[in-house]
Amino acid sequence: MSAYVLPSDLAAANDAEDFSAIDERIILATQAGLPLTTKPYHALAEQLQLPVELIQQRMQAMLDNKQIRRIAVVPNHYKLGFCANGMSVWNIADEHIARVGKLFGSLDYVSHCYHRPRHLPAWPYSVFAMVHGRDRSEVQAKVTEMSHLIDALDLGHDILYSKRILKKTGLRFKAD
Amino acid sequence: MHISDKLIINHLQDGIPVTDEPFAEIATLCGISQDEVVARIQRLLDEGYLSRFGPMFHAQELGGGLTLAAMKIPAEDFERVNQQVNSFDEVAHNYEREHELNMWFVLATKTPQGIAETIRKIEQTTGYPVYNMPKKEEFYVGLRFTL
Repeated sequence: MSAYVLPSDLAAANDAEDFSAIDERIILATQAGLPLTTKPYHALAEQLQLPVELIQQRMQAMLDNKQIRRIAVVPNHYKLGFCANGMSVWNIADEHIARVGKLFGSLDYVSHCYHRPRHLPAWPYSVFAMVHGRDRSEVQAKVTEMSHLIDALDLGHDILYSKRILKKTGLRFKAD
Repeated sequence: MHISDKLIINHLQDGIPVTDEPFAEIATLCGISQDEVVARIQRLLDEGYLSRFGPMFHAQELGGGLTLAAMKIPAEDFERVNQQVNSFDEVAHNYEREHELNMWFVLATKTPQGIAETIRKIEQTTGYPVYNMPKKEEFYVGLRFTL
């Protein structure tokens, strides 16, 4: 990738406030991470040969419009002793999905919580919540606690443990 | 683990600000210099306590397609299908799980339309149906570890 500002980037940005080319360069440069220094945005600006004000403005804009969830450190839960994770899946009636999803999502041992489509008859579950614990018995205990929390709204649930990672390349949004 | 490391993990997993010196606040909280904060984060990365430092992108907001999909593969066919599924660049993660639906993978494509196309190709290549389970609503993504 070129280390210099592409004239077309700046021209486009100045003309029509179309920052997509600049955003794409920021995404490509940071999808593996942000430079780790006391001034990471300055380091990125230097790397991309762009003004730091522009880098900060665009990254804040991408945070504001949710293209970036957050700029953060990501703990490795295995190394921190949370070795077990189970994908808990729940059969929740459509009219209760939002309420149950928000409740499950607020629990501090749930890392991801989604409403996903059923595939009847093979797959009756509509709410997915990834549950983390130190071992499987802790995951099981937490899922039991979740079931008690929603009581009669639980029309059936299951826990799918991962047996093996078959592939893990991470998301790559835009390849060169 | 040192108290500063715990504070760093507890606080910075929620995010750093977009400022000239984004570690200023955590440095004050820990009572150490910003240089030491950076050195501690680097060590936590090197030792594997942290897997990453940087922006977490939201694939769909960036205009791409993203879904979770599952397949039911008999044991005798599992390795063949595994290789075929993994050969698709669009397959970002793939897990074997203990269930009738025993193969679960995340598909990420450049466009939303790419999902259906990739699923069709996987079904053609492997000879097994793919259960597409795109999120209909997201309630929470993240993980709060309090050490």
